[in-house]
Amino acid sequence: MSIPAFAALLERLVFTPGRNAKIALLKRWFAEQPDPDRGIGLAALTEELTFATAKPALIRDLAAARTDPVLLALSRDYVGDSAETIALIWPQRAGVNTPPPTLSEVVEALDATPKSELPDLIAGWLDSLDANGRFALIKLVTGGLRVGVSGRLARLALAEWSGRPIEEIEEVWHGVAPPYLPLFRWLEGKAERPDPRDAPVFRPLMLAHPLEDADLATLRPEEWRAEWKWDGIRVQLCAGPGGRRIWSRGGEDVSAAFPEIVEAMDFHAVLDGELLVIRGGGEVAPFADLQQRLNRKTVGPKLMRDYPVGVRLYDLLFEGTEDLRALPFDARRARLESWIARTCPARMDLSPQIAFASVHQLAAIREGARAASIEGLMLKRADSPYVAGRVKGLWWKWKRAPLSIDAVLMYAQRGSGKRSSYYSDYTFGLWRPDGRGGEELVPVGKAYSGYTDQELLWLDRWIRNHTVARFGPVREVEKGLVLEVAFDAAQRSTRHKSGVALRFPRILRIRRDKPAGEADRLDTLMALVENREAKAKAKAEADAAAD
Amino acid sequence: MVARGAAQPWIPSVLRHLYRGMPHPETWLRVTPAGLWCEPGDFFIDPTRPVARAVITHGHSDHAQPDHEAVLATPETLAIMRARLGAERAGRQQQPLLPGEVVLHNGVRIWLRPAGHVLGSAQVCLEWQGSRAVISGDYKRTPDPTCAPFEVERSCDVFVTEATFGLPVFRHPPPEQEIARLLASVALFPDRTHVVGCYALGKTQRLIALLRRAGWDAPVWLHGALLPLCHTYEELGVRLGDIRLATVAQKGALRGAIVLAPPSAVAERWARRLADPVVCLASGWMRVRQRAKARGVELPLVISDHSDWDELNATIDETGAPEVWVTHGRDDALVHAMGLRGIRGRALHLVGLGEEDEGEDAAPEPAVPATAEGGVA
Repeated sequence: MSIPAFAALLERLVFTPGRNAKIALLKRWFAEQPDPDRGIGLAALTEELTFATAKPALIRDLAAARTDPVLLALSRDYVGDSAETIALIWPQRAGVNTPPPTLSEVVEALDATPKSELPDLIAGWLDSLDANGRFALIKLVTGGLRVGVSGRLARLALAEWSGRPIEEIEEVWHGVAPPYLPLFRWLEGKAERPDPRDAPVFRPLMLAHPLEDADLATLRPEEWRAEWKWDGIRVQLCAGPGGRRIWSRGGEDVSAAFPEIVEAMDFHAVLDGELLVIRGGGEVAPFADLQQRLNRKTVGPKLMRDYPVGVRLYDLLFEGTEDLRALPFDARRARLESWIARTCPARMDLSPQIAFASVHQLAAIREGARAASIEGLMLKRADSPYVAGRVKGLWWKWKRAPLSIDAVLMYAQRGSGKRSSYYSDYTFGLWRPDGRGGEELVPVGKAYSGYTDQELLWLDRWIRNHTVARFGPVREVEKGLVLEVAFDAAQRSTRHKSGVALRFPRILRIRRDKPAGEADRLDTLMALVENREAKAKAKAEADAAAD
Repeated sequence: MVARGAAQPWIPSVLRHLYRGMPHPETWLRVTPAGLWCEPGDFFIDPTRPVARAVITHGHSDHAQPDHEAVLATPETLAIMRARLGAERAGRQQQPLLPGEVVLHNGVRIWLRPAGHVLGSAQVCLEWQGSRAVISGDYKRTPDPTCAPFEVERSCDVFVTEATFGLPVFRHPPPEQEIARLLASVALFPDRTHVVGCYALGKTQRLIALLRRAGWDAPVWLHGALLPLCHTYEELGVRLGDIRLATVAQKGALRGAIVLAPPSAVAERWARRLADPVVCLASGWMRVRQRAKARGVELPLVISDHSDWDELNATIDETGAPEVWVTHGRDDALVHAMGLRGIRGRALHLVGLGEEDEGEDAAPEPAVPATAEGGVA
C-alpha cells in the first residue's frame, strides 16, 4: 500500500504550513513505513532521488488515448496543471483489482523496463490507484515532486523521531544513499553509526549569537578576533578523493549552481567561508547580484561572466584527513593562512582580520563600515573550538546599526499558518513626484516582522477599518498610516519599480503621530544607496592604499 | 452519434410530440429573468425574485428567496425557509406537498420526488397535456444520512439538471473515507483544534451525522451561525448528538476537538479562539489543489452535496430523457458529453443560481453576517 500512503503524506505536506506539523507527519512516516519504502519516500521528498524516467508528454499521450479531447482540454483549462488534471480525469476501469504498487516496486520497475514498455507499465499503475495516488505517481515518475521539504527539515524529523542529536545525523547524511538502510538501522538502535569514510559529508556549522550591549561591556579586546561580516551566503567547501561539494548553511548541496568554485576545489580539505559576487579588483557586489546566482540547478556562461563568484575563507575544519575542529580559533586561523599561502586556490581569498585595541575603537570601525557588502562585524573568541550550532559566548555577530525610513502603508496581506487570520504582511511606499506637479506613492518594500503582538492586533484592526479595495488575500488601504521601517541596507535594483531594494526590512514603530504627507521621499532613500556606494569606493581605495 | 440503449430510446418522445400533438416542454416552460416559469400554470420554480406563485426545490438561499405570495414545497423545505427567512417572509401562503402526492393547478400536474441534496430537497415534476418535465434542483446520488435518497423519475421529455461539478475532474471520493482522514488527523494532532469550514444548511448536519456514524461521540462544537439550522434538523427528526456552541467554550476544551464553522470564518478573527487550528474545508472544490491552496486550507475534505461528474451523467442516462436542460455550472462540458451519447443538451444560463453552498462564486470568500463574529447569529 505504499504509493497510497506516500500520496497521503505528500498531500498533507503540501497543504501544511507549520514546521512542527510537517515534522509530525514525517515522524509518523518513519515510524509506520517498512524498509526500503520509507527511505525511498524520504529521498523522493528531499529530492535526493529523482526519477524523471517518463516525460510529461508520455503521460499526456496516455490520458489522451483514454479521454475525450474536448473534455480533457476543458478540464486542463480549469485545473491549470496537466499532471493534476490527468490524475483527476483518469477513468477508473471497472474490474481492475491489482493492488497499487509499492515505492520500491516503482523504482525497480522503472529501472528494469525498456522505454517502449513504459507507457503500458505506467498505465497499469494508474489503473490501480485513486486520484491522489495517481497524482503522486505522475509527479514521481516525471520528477517534479516539489513539496517543500528541505533536507534540513527531514533531518530534524529524523532527530526528533530517533532522539539522536541532529549534528550526528548531519555528519553521516550525505555519506549514505537512498534508501538509507544503515541510517535507519542506526537510528533504531540496531547497528553502529554508519561510517561515511571518504564520501564528502556536511559538517554542521558553527553559528554566532547577536551581540547585545550587555555582552559588549564584558568583552576584553585581547581575547577576541574581529572580521567583517560579509553579506553573502555561508558555504562549506568539502573536497577530497571522495568528491567535491559546496554545502549551504542548512547542509543542502548547492555545487551545481557554482561550477567555477567546484572546479577550483582542487584540494583535500573542509573550509568555511562566505560566497560572494566579487568583481575585478576584489570589489564585492551587493547581495542583489548574488541573488542572480542562487537557487539554480544549472548555470550558463553568461551568468558566470556577469556575476562572477568567489569564496572568502574564514575557517579550516579539516586539512587532509586531520580534523582541526577541536583546536583553538587562533591555531586554526594560522593553519588556514598557511594553507592558503601554500595552496593558492583560485577564486578564494582570506577574510582579513581587523586590528583593534579597544571596544570603543571597534564600535567606531563598525559605524564606519558602510559598504553595501558588509553587514557589520564578526567577533570570534581566540580560544574557541569549532563547535556545531549556536553556542553562546564563543562567536558574536555585531551588525551595524540599521537604517530607517518613515514609509506609508499601502497594501496588507494575510499571513499564513498561525497568522492566517491577521493582516501581517505589509507593503509600504515613499513619495515621489508624479510628473504632473503632484506627488505619488511608490512601493519600496514589504515587511512581515518587527512588530509586537499588540501592534499586530492594532495594525490588523486599522487595516480592516481602512480598506479601500480587496484583491483576494490582499487589501489596499487608505494612504494614511506611517510606519517606521528599519533595514540593513538599501541597494539599487532594476527589478523593483522604485529602483531600490531593501535588505531585511522590518517594522520598527507605528508612527500614529505622523501625517502620511510627512513620510519620507524616495530621494531620501536613494541618497542612502548612493552614499553607501561612494563610501564603499572610498573605503576600497583606502584599503588599497594601506596594503 | 451513438445510439442510446433500447430501454429509453429518444425516438418515441419525438414521435409523441409529432404525431400526438403533444407540446414540447420548451413551449410551456420558459426561462425568464426571474427564473424558470411554467406558463400554463403561471408559477415559477426557484424564482430569484418575489413572485405570486413559487415551487421551491430546497432551502438554500439561491433557490428559496423570501417574500413570495404562495409557496409550494416539501414540509421540511417550508420549515427550513421559516427558520432562515422568518415565518412572515417564507411565503404568505405555504402549501406543503409530500413526495408521491399530486396537485393539479390550471391543468398542470405537479408532484415532488426526493433529490438527496439536503433535508427536504425535491425534484419538481410537471406534466401538461401529456408533456413531462422534471426540474431536479440541486441533487446528489451518494447516500446521505440526513435526507431521503434521490429517486429517478423516468419517462420525462425534458430533464432539468444542475452542473456545479460538471467537469470530469470532479469525482467525489466516498464521504466515509474523507471523515476517516479527518479523524486520523485529529489523532495525529491531539493538541490542535480541527476547524472544518462547511455551509450552514445541509453540509453541517451531514458532517455531524457522518462523524457520529464513524464513532465520534465527543461534542461537536459549532460556530453560532450554524446552530439554528441544526435545531431545525433535530426538530424534523434528524438526531445530531451532543452539539455545542464553540463561542462559549474554554480554549482548553477545544484542544483535540472538532469545530464546524462557515467557510469564511475559519481564517477569520473568529478562529483565533481555537488552539493552533488545523483549517479544514468540506467541499467538492477541494478536489482541485489550487482551490485548497488559495483558501489556505491545511486539510481539504472532498465532501459535496452535489453530484459529481459520474453521478450527473449516470442520472441523465437513468432518466432516459431525450433532452436535458442545464441550469447552471459547467454546462459546456456536460452538454458536450451528452452530445456524444445522442442526448440533446441545452444550457439555460439561469442567473443567480449556485451562490450559496458550493456555487462557483461562493467559493472565494462569502461574507459572514456581522453578528456571526460574536458567534451568535
